[in-house]
Amino acid sequence: MSLTVFALTGAALVGLGVYGLLALPHLLRRIMCFNLIGSGLFLFFGAAGARGAAVDAIPQALIITGIVVALSASALAVGLVVALARRTGHAALPDEDRAP
Amino acid sequence: MSALVVVLTLPLVTALTVLLLPARARVPVVLASSALIVLAAGALALAVWHGGPVTLAVGGWAPPLGIALRADGLAAALIMMSALVMGAVALAAQFELTPDRVGARMGFGFWPLMLLLWAALNAVYLSRDLFNLYVGVELLSLAAVALVALSGSAQALAAALRYMIFALAGSLLYLAGVVLAYGAHGTLDIGLLAVRVPAHTDALALGLMTAGLLAKTALFPFHVWLPPAHAGAPAPASALLSALVPKASFLILIRLWFEAMPDLASGAALLVLAALGAIAVIWGGVLALVQKRLKLIVAYSTVAQLGYLFFIFPLAGGDGSAQPWAAGAWTGAMFQALSHGLAKAAMFLTAGIYIAAIGSDRLGDLRGLARTLPMTGFAFALAAITLMGLPPSGGFTAKYLLMTSAFAAGQWPWALVLAGGGVLAAAYLYRPIAALFAQRAQTAARPIPRAWQAVPLVLAALSILLGLLSAIPFDLLQIGRPAPAQEGL
Amino acid sequence: MSLALDLALCALILGVALATVAGGGVFRAVIFFITYGLFLAIGWARLGAFDVALAEAAIGAGLTGVLLLAAHARLRRMQAGDAPPPAGLNLPAALAGAGMALALGWAWFALPVPATPDIASALPRSGVGNPVTAVLLNFRAWDTLLESIVLLAALLGVWILARDGDWNAPLGPRYHALSGGVLVNFGRFLPPIGLCFGVYLVWAGADYIGGAFQGGTVLAAVGLVALMANVVRPPRVSYALLRAAVVIGPAVFLLAGLLAAGFGAGFLTLPPALAKSVILVIEAALTISIAVTLALLVIGPPDDAGRSS
Repeated sequence: MSLTVFALTGAALVGLGVYGLLALPHLLRRIMCFNLIGSGLFLFFGAAGARGAAVDAIPQALIITGIVVALSASALAVGLVVALARRTGHAALPDEDRAP
Repeated sequence: MSALVVVLTLPLVTALTVLLLPARARVPVVLASSALIVLAAGALALAVWHGGPVTLAVGGWAPPLGIALRADGLAAALIMMSALVMGAVALAAQFELTPDRVGARMGFGFWPLMLLLWAALNAVYLSRDLFNLYVGVELLSLAAVALVALSGSAQALAAALRYMIFALAGSLLYLAGVVLAYGAHGTLDIGLLAVRVPAHTDALALGLMTAGLLAKTALFPFHVWLPPAHAGAPAPASALLSALVPKASFLILIRLWFEAMPDLASGAALLVLAALGAIAVIWGGVLALVQKRLKLIVAYSTVAQLGYLFFIFPLAGGDGSAQPWAAGAWTGAMFQALSHGLAKAAMFLTAGIYIAAIGSDRLGDLRGLARTLPMTGFAFALAAITLMGLPPSGGFTAKYLLMTSAFAAGQWPWALVLAGGGVLAAAYLYRPIAALFAQRAQTAARPIPRAWQAVPLVLAALSILLGLLSAIPFDLLQIGRPAPAQEGL
Repeated sequence: MSLALDLALCALILGVALATVAGGGVFRAVIFFITYGLFLAIGWARLGAFDVALAEAAIGAGLTGVLLLAAHARLRRMQAGDAPPPAGLNLPAALAGAGMALALGWAWFALPVPATPDIASALPRSGVGNPVTAVLLNFRAWDTLLESIVLLAALLGVWILARDGDWNAPLGPRYHALSGGVLVNFGRFLPPIGLCFGVYLVWAGADYIGGAFQGGTVLAAVGLVALMANVVRPPRVSYALLRAAVVIGPAVFLLAGLLAAGFGAGFLTLPPALAKSVILVIEAALTISIAVTLALLVIGPPDDAGRSS
C-alpha cells in the first residue's frame, strides 16, 4: 500500500514538472521542473523495484546514475542560462514570453 | 583486444589524453587516433562481414544482470561512416579552429567535445541495453549542446538552450518508457525484451520512448530547434551535429520497433511515423528554399532528409507476413542515413571554407566563389547530387530502393513524396550552386590551403562512391538484420 | 501507522513541489526545491533505498540547490529578471501534465511483477557486499564509466561558456568573505571533518551504504566551502594538476577495463579474486574526479568580470 502511495506521488510529480516546463518561461524554473520530472520518475521506479519479495538493487543503482546524469545536465543548462543572460539581459528564450 | 573494444574506448582514451596534453600536441594526437579508429572500424566491419554479428557481454555479465553490446551490419556501417566523417572533420578543424584564428577557448574546447561525441555515438550504435542507451544519449546530447554553444554568440547560446530543452525533454520521455519496460519485464536488454511476456503497459512504454527519440531526431513537429542549432555552431561542429547526431536516436528507434517490441507495431502507428516523415520532407524542403544563408539552407535540408528515414516503418513492415520489398525498404533507409551523413558533413565543411574565405555564408556574397575555390565548389556540387538523389550517388540508391518498395507495397503516396522531395532538394540546392558558379570573379577571398579544400571533396566523393559500389554496403547491412525487417513488422 | 507516515510524507513532497512550480519569485522556488529534495531523501529512506537517499540529499537537493542559488545570485547581479510565474492556469500545459500523471498512475496498476535479475547469486563474485555498489561498479560498470564521462562533458560544456577574454582567468566569480568572519572560520575547520566523512562514505560504500558519488559530493562541498571562504584560491582552466584531477577517475576506470581486456578476461571483467581491490582503486580515483568536477560545475566558467564587480 505504501508503495502505491510513493508510486502515485512519483506520477503526480512528473505531471507537475511537465506543467511547469510548458507553462513557465523563466529558464531556472524550467530546469527545476526537469528535475521534478526526473525525480518523480525515479520515485515511481524505486517503488516498482520494491514490489518483489526482495528489493531489487538494479533500479536503485540506475537511479543513482540517473541523479548524477540529471545534475550534469542541470549544470550545463544553468551555465547556458547565465551565459545567455550575460549577453542578452534575459533569463528566458528570446522569442517566447520574456521574464520582465 | 577486439576491434569492438577499440572502437568503443579509443575515442574516450583520446579525449582524456587531449585534456592532459599541451596545446601543440593536441591536433597530431587527435589525427593519429582518428586514423586508428577508422582502421578499427574497418576491422570491425570485416569481422562482421566474415563472421556475422560480434557480441560482447561487458564485464562478463550476461543480461539481464549485465549490459550486452552487439555490432551487427547496421552498427558496423554506422561506425564506419561516423569514423570517416569524424576523421574528415578533424582534418578540416585543424585548419579552421586553430587558436590564432578562433581564440584559445574554442581552439581547446572543440577537440575533447568532438571526441566525447564520437565516444557517445559508438556507445549508442553498439549498446543493447535501454538504460545504457539513455546514458549514451545523454552524453551525446551534452557534448552536442556544448558544440552548438561553442561560438559564444547570443544567438548560438539561445539555440543551444533551445536544443537543450528539447533534448532533455526527449531524454525524460525516453527514460519514462525505460522505467515502464524494466518495471514490467525485469530486463533492459533488447534481445530479452523481444521474447518477453507482453504486458498492457508495453504500448505506453514504447510510445513514450518513441516520442522522446523523435524529439531528439528532430522529426516534424519537433524540428524547430535543429536549424538554428546546426547553423549556429562552428562549421566543423555543424557537420558532426547534422551528419551524425540524429542518426543515433534514429537507430534506437529502429532497435525498439524492429527488434525489442516488433509485436506492437500497428499499422496506424507506422503510418503516423511515416506521415510525419513525409511532412518533414516537404516542410523542411520548403523552408530550405526561402533561406538566405548557406548554413541555414543546409540545416533545413537536414530536417527534410531525416524525414525519408521514417518511410522505413510502413515499408519494411505491414501486415505481419513475409514481404519481398521489406529488405529493399530497410536497406534504402539505411543507405539514406549513410549517404546523408557523408554528403551533409561535406556540405557543412564547404560552408566553413567559404566563411573562412570571405567571412560570410550569405548567398549574395558567395557569387562566383567556385572560380576562386574550384575544388570546394565541385565538392558542394557532388554532395548536392547525393542529397537530390541523382544517379549514381548513394542518395540515388537510397531513394531508388525506397521508391521501388513503395510501389511494390502498393503504398504509392510515399513514392510521390520521394519524388517531390527530390524536386524540392534540386530547387533549394540550385540556389547556392547557381550563386557559386555565377560568372563573377571573387576578388576578396582569403587563400585556403588545398589540403583543407580536399577534405569535403573526399567526403562528397565517398557519398557518390556509396552508390557506385552499393553492393558491398548492401550486403553488410543485411548481416544481423532483425527478423521482423525480413518478414515485415 | 507507517502508511499514515508515508501519506503525510508524500503530501509534504507534493506540497513543496507545488510551491516550487507555483511559488512567487525564483529565489523562493529554489529554496522550496531544496526542501523538496530533502523530503524526497526521507522518502527514499522509507523505501529502504539508503544509497539513493544519500545521493538524493547530497546531489539532488544539495548540489543542484547550490548550483541554482549561485545562478540566481549571478542573474540578480545582472538584473536579468526574477519574475513571478504567469498568473492563471495554462490550460494546454495543465492537460499535458495531467495526462502524463494519469498515464503513469494507470501504468502502476497495470504493471506486472516480473522476475528480476538474480543479484544474490552473483554478489559473492562481485568483490563487494553492497548490491547497489556491485551493480554500479561491476555488473553495470559500463553505465558508471559512461556516467563519469557525462560529468566530464558537462564540465567542458560549462568551461567553454566563458567569454574569450576571460579564458585565462581563475575559474568562477570572486567570493568575498570577511576575514575573521564565520565563513572563514568555517572554511578552516570544516574541511578536515568533511574530508574524513567523505572518505568514510567511499570506503563504507563497498559493503554498507555510500559510494564514490555520495562521498565525492561531500568532498566537493568541502572544497566549495573552502573556496567561498577564500581559504583556497580558484584554479585556472590551464592548471595541469586540475586537469589531472578531473581526468583521473574515468582514466583509471578505463585503464582497469582495458587491462582486463588485454589479459584476455574481457572489457571491464574483474576477476573475483581481485575485484574488491580493483573496485576500491577505481572508487578512490573516481571520488577525486567526482569531487573536483562537481565543485567546478558549481563555480562555473572563468569569469573575470564577476571578479572585478
